[in-house]
Amino acid sequence: MIVRLRQLGAGTLSATTTLGRAVLFLLRVVRGSGELIHRPGLLLRELYSVGVLTLVIIIVSGLFVGMVLGLQGYYTLVDFGAEQSLGVLVALSLTRELGPVVTALLFAGRAGSALTAEIGLMKATEQLAGMEMMAVDPERRVVAPRLVAALLALPLLAMIFTLLGIVGAYLVGTSLLGVDGGAFWSQMQAQVSFEDDVLNGLIKSMLFGVAAGWIAVFNGYDCQPTSRGVSRATTRTVVVTSLVVLGLDFVLTALMFD
Amino acid sequence: MDNARSMELAVGAFVAAGLAALFVLAMQVSNITAFQQSEGYTVEAYFQNVGGLRERAPVRMGGVQIGRVSAITLDAQRFEARVALTIDQRYDDLPSDTAASIRTSGLLGEQYVSLEPGGMPDALAEGDEITLTRSALVLEDIVGQFLYNQSGEGE
Repeated sequence: MIVRLRQLGAGTLSATTTLGRAVLFLLRVVRGSGELIHRPGLLLRELYSVGVLTLVIIIVSGLFVGMVLGLQGYYTLVDFGAEQSLGVLVALSLTRELGPVVTALLFAGRAGSALTAEIGLMKATEQLAGMEMMAVDPERRVVAPRLVAALLALPLLAMIFTLLGIVGAYLVGTSLLGVDGGAFWSQMQAQVSFEDDVLNGLIKSMLFGVAAGWIAVFNGYDCQPTSRGVSRATTRTVVVTSLVVLGLDFVLTALMFD
Repeated sequence: MDNARSMELAVGAFVAAGLAALFVLAMQVSNITAFQQSEGYTVEAYFQNVGGLRERAPVRMGGVQIGRVSAITLDAQRFEARVALTIDQRYDDLPSDTAASIRTSGLLGEQYVSLEPGGMPDALAEGDEITLTRSALVLEDIVGQFLYNQSGEGE
């Protein structure tokens, strides 16, 4: 009994200290990220590996998610004779929820895990310690560009995902299911609002970008400097990012759309 | 060096594609053009019952959209719904005795405000009230009335 209580206490303490370390770490990195203006090359390279290389999976899954939404939405709507509203259904689902959330989940798997593994290996091979020896702050040189790149890349990826999803649903709807293309777009334009739907989706994906980037770089920076530690940190990045994104999405949806 | 240039090119293309996607979402998917035409004038209409009318619903005359519903509130004195209609500046010559009614497009479609022109020579202006209004049809009332009539005939 006493042992259990002690375990509970130790778990709580370690969770709290980890959270505290993560917050302090974020504050230090954010303070150091101002220097990136003078060194855009660093950011560019990270944007390439985090954004451009993630583009393929985003494009393919965006198209397929849109096409599946189009099919399933059609089968439901056609029972009510409302298949003209397919565009509204697809556009609202994608801009509000699926675009930001699925992009963030894919991002965690494709880019977040890579960030963690890279930084973790740098730590395990003592490259970070070496930088410190040369009076180079690894938080500014290594972590800050990666965090900022994640923050910038995720909203852009989410917009591309959303648009391609709508295009995918349009293709399936008009060519395969015989929905009128004009009604698809006009009903969508009448029902989807820029401020309420597109902008809120963009804000969501920005917050997911902060969360995904933060979790990835912190797990890499904080990992045990062993191969086992790096592997566990990578797994933890994907799991924690997915859970945080889903939880955050619920809270944001409750706040944004009434 | 060539490697760095192609990387810059790829990142540039990525950022441009993302911004272009946002632009298309704003212009093609959502109705950003509709709320930009905010230069218009607002008139008020009181309805006993607005049914399922929502803000941003279209205002139509002769089937053509000429504005949007900008606000729906309850008037605390009259206990009627006050509906503010923002009408495009192009249509600034509507007769002052124009009538407003709430209609439904199709059987299951959304509700909109339909305006019927009157015959007065003077025009509606900012802040005017449309006095001739007809409320939304509430299906329960109609069904109730129908059943009442049916039972009356049966006797």
